Amino acid sequence: MDESLGQIFVITLLSSNFVLAMFLGLCPFLGVSGKLETAVPMGIATSFVMLVASLCAYGLNWLLGYFELEFLRLISYIVVIASTVQLVEMAMKRFSPALFRALGIYLPLITTNCAVLGVALFQTARGYDFGQSVAFSLGGGAGFTLALVLMAGVRERLKLSDIPGAMQGTALSLMLAGLLSLAFMGFGGIGVSR
Amino acid sequence: MTASTKQITNMEQLLEGIWKQNPVFVMTLGMCPTLAVTVSGFNALGMGVATAFVLVCSAGLISLLRNFIPKEVRIATYIVIIATFVTLVDYIIQAVSLALYDALGAFIQLIVVNCIILGRAEAHAAKNPPLPAVLNAFGMGIGFTIGLLALGCVREILGAGKLFGVSLFGASFQPWVVMVLPPGGFFVLGGWLLLFAWWAKRKESNHG
Repeated sequence: MDESLGQIFVITLLSSNFVLAMFLGLCPFLGVSGKLETAVPMGIATSFVMLVASLCAYGLNWLLGYFELEFLRLISYIVVIASTVQLVEMAMKRFSPALFRALGIYLPLITTNCAVLGVALFQTARGYDFGQSVAFSLGGGAGFTLALVLMAGVRERLKLSDIPGAMQGTALSLMLAGLLSLAFMGFGGIGVSR
Repeated sequence: MTASTKQITNMEQLLEGIWKQNPVFVMTLGMCPTLAVTVSGFNALGMGVATAFVLVCSAGLISLLRNFIPKEVRIATYIVIIATFVTLVDYIIQAVSLALYDALGAFIQLIVVNCIILGRAEAHAAKNPPLPAVLNAFGMGIGFTIGLLALGCVREILGAGKLFGVSLFGASFQPWVVMVLPPGGFFVLGGWLLLFAWWAKRKESNHG
């Protein structure tokens, strides 16, 4: 684990993008990517929760290791994430009611977003230190937002085109995601030190 | 008489998840593990069985406790119950098959955030007595496993020329490597959905 912080950020942003290469957070990716103006705030809210979850997970992991309670790791992570989402929801309701209404049901659903728990679990599994965890969660959040915005852009164009009946809906979204994923594979090798 | 009608409904509970409301192909829930682990038939089977186990156990327990869980904290309670069973599965797989544990990695623990399980808890187990709840969850689990296998087998056959580790086509076969890479997951699932949508459309136009 001697990757530099910049390397971790770039790798999680591009070549092992959370959505397109690691399949994390697909539900909001397919659900909220219909319009650009909801995709951007959703990406930012999720990135924020990911950052907080990553920081909490780092602290918790140290604490659980100290008391030798590693089997409680999963349960404590998920409880922390659920409370963070609740906090973000309350803060957003207080400071930006318009955004709160726009995101609707998808805001509480951040709790069950695999990307958030994924950040916490992968950083633990890879043994990242504090700085690396922060870089990892920032890169993951930025990557999630990037994938969401790209997909929303493509899907906005699709509304104007003539699509065969059976192809409409989820099937086409998945094919598109596959093409995006194929494009992102072109980034493979970026950030790897020689 | 009541017994026989009850039997039918129980059977329907079981079948609902396998076919009519298949979690992968009809409801498109639980996409993350579906796409991430299905690079081979064996992984798909392991993941499906693990998820089905968590699904059945948590549905049973939540259904038993449904009158004791306060409405305000129900989601948090469900999540903690589910996380408990997932931790259990995590340790069981580690003990039974280390190869499978390494292949699935963090995705075993990510079963917690599989929408199918929380969805079943909220929509079905919290409102029904234990037996139908467990049967429904079992059906969903089988349906999910079938979905995973359908993806995993196609990807393994095309991407590696094998099925469950057995070589199918001999040495001259040129594997279609993209199918075991991330984009292949999207393409194969998209292909299956396309097939089902086309079939449904054709059936509709035949009737109409």
